[in-house]
Amino acid sequence: MSVEPGSSETASTDNEIEVVATPRVKRGLAEMLKGGVIMDVVTPDEAKIAEDAGACAVMALERVPADIRAQGGVARMSDPDMILGIIDSVTIPVMAKARIGHFAEAQVLEALEVDYIDESEVLTPADEANHIDKWAFSVPFVCGATNLGEALRRIAEGAAMIRSKGEAGTGNVVEAVRHMRSINSDIRRLSSADEAELYSIAKELRAPAELVKEVAATGKLPVVLFTAGGIATPADAALMMQLGAEGVFVGSGIFKSDNPAARAKAIVEATTHFADAHIVAKVSRNLGDAMAGIEMSSLEPSERLADRGW
Amino acid sequence: MPHDVKIGVLALQGAFREHVDAFRRLGCEATEVRLPQDLEGVDAVVMPGGESTTVSKLLATSGLCEPLSDRLHAGLPAFGTCAGMILLANVVEGAIAGQRSFGAIDIAVTRNAFGSQVHSFEHDLEIEGIEGGPFRAIFIRAPSIAHAGSGVELIARVGGQGVAARTGKVLVTAFHPELGRDLRVHEHFLGIVSEA
Repeated sequence: MSVEPGSSETASTDNEIEVVATPRVKRGLAEMLKGGVIMDVVTPDEAKIAEDAGACAVMALERVPADIRAQGGVARMSDPDMILGIIDSVTIPVMAKARIGHFAEAQVLEALEVDYIDESEVLTPADEANHIDKWAFSVPFVCGATNLGEALRRIAEGAAMIRSKGEAGTGNVVEAVRHMRSINSDIRRLSSADEAELYSIAKELRAPAELVKEVAATGKLPVVLFTAGGIATPADAALMMQLGAEGVFVGSGIFKSDNPAARAKAIVEATTHFADAHIVAKVSRNLGDAMAGIEMSSLEPSERLADRGW
Repeated sequence: MPHDVKIGVLALQGAFREHVDAFRRLGCEATEVRLPQDLEGVDAVVMPGGESTTVSKLLATSGLCEPLSDRLHAGLPAFGTCAGMILLANVVEGAIAGQRSFGAIDIAVTRNAFGSQVHSFEHDLEIEGIEGGPFRAIFIRAPSIAHAGSGVELIARVGGQGVAARTGKVLVTAFHPELGRDLRVHEHFLGIVSEA
């Protein structure tokens, strides 16, 4: 039996071999989250609201991205006590964010038994040259990407799920659209390239040729692709799903709005029924104000979180 | 071997496309079910893996709860994997308030019976009624069958815990046959549908 990097064997009680942390097992949880909404939460109370609204998972973090922008300072992994409180308060999977390259934060999160780690540009990067070697972990990782090359570099490092980055904490969907369109148009380009061209495209994308060939053959990433960064309304979620996202991360968009519980539920329904405009229209009514939002041109280059990571 | 049946796959959230693809590879018509009208002409229903709490809430808002419940209790054949097994069960231990299950098979299930994601695993499983050697089963935050009523056959176990069961018309697995290329469990279900 072949054992993939990062996987380990444990003997079960009936003396057969169980294998944990294979790529299929790590990628498999993301498969089960498809068509769902993963919501940023800071406290156990927010996690409970998210679960009651129909979130398929929650993401524990210290502050939502809009507050990180407003308050500044170094954004780190959430307090372990808070993460354990969130794990205890809900039955759905709990994800948590670690800083880019901060493998010790990731080790702590694995020890806490979170279900997924987000190596996230929303937190302050800890390493300016290296992302975490994600094969070394049993817990799976999701990583952000702005284009196909970045997505494949993260997958080569062991990411088991990708989310388009967007621009977190802005309530502005324009960057999410840009990144999702970029990833999918590059995938379409690969599908029509011949074998020889794939090597030069791999070089251009700065991605491993093997992964480039796999994407060219299957017409999709080898892992699940969600969207993130700026989704604030049910129609935003429906837009991203129609552009090819397999599910949605919502950060500040819920708990920075007027009525988080109602908005969360509406975004869940819009994500399921994304192709049915009558349902999206119905669930979009009477939600109160969405988060205020930020126009991209008002952001300094140093305030753009999507440029973190490479 | 083509099958002259139409399989409806509940497509509210989760890995429904994989089930649709599996049944199409076996020569069946397979359709996604999101609203009550999608159930028309369906000969069997599949409840896929996903988050059972999420699907439970979407069942209520989509208006599918009652028509699906009526069809199941009138004998519609059903196949549930992981979250789908939870939705078809009689009793759900570890359910959240308001979580719905259809009681289409007399089993009590325990959610997340094997622990968090780091304990998710693959296992070579012997399944009663499935020939051709062990089935490579993928368990992801899987439930288990804590109790099975009379008339329910437990057909696979891991470490003493029930992980697959069947009655005349309902098949449930705690694992995900839709994630691999091996279609024997899907084929087994088609056998149940054609007997029904």
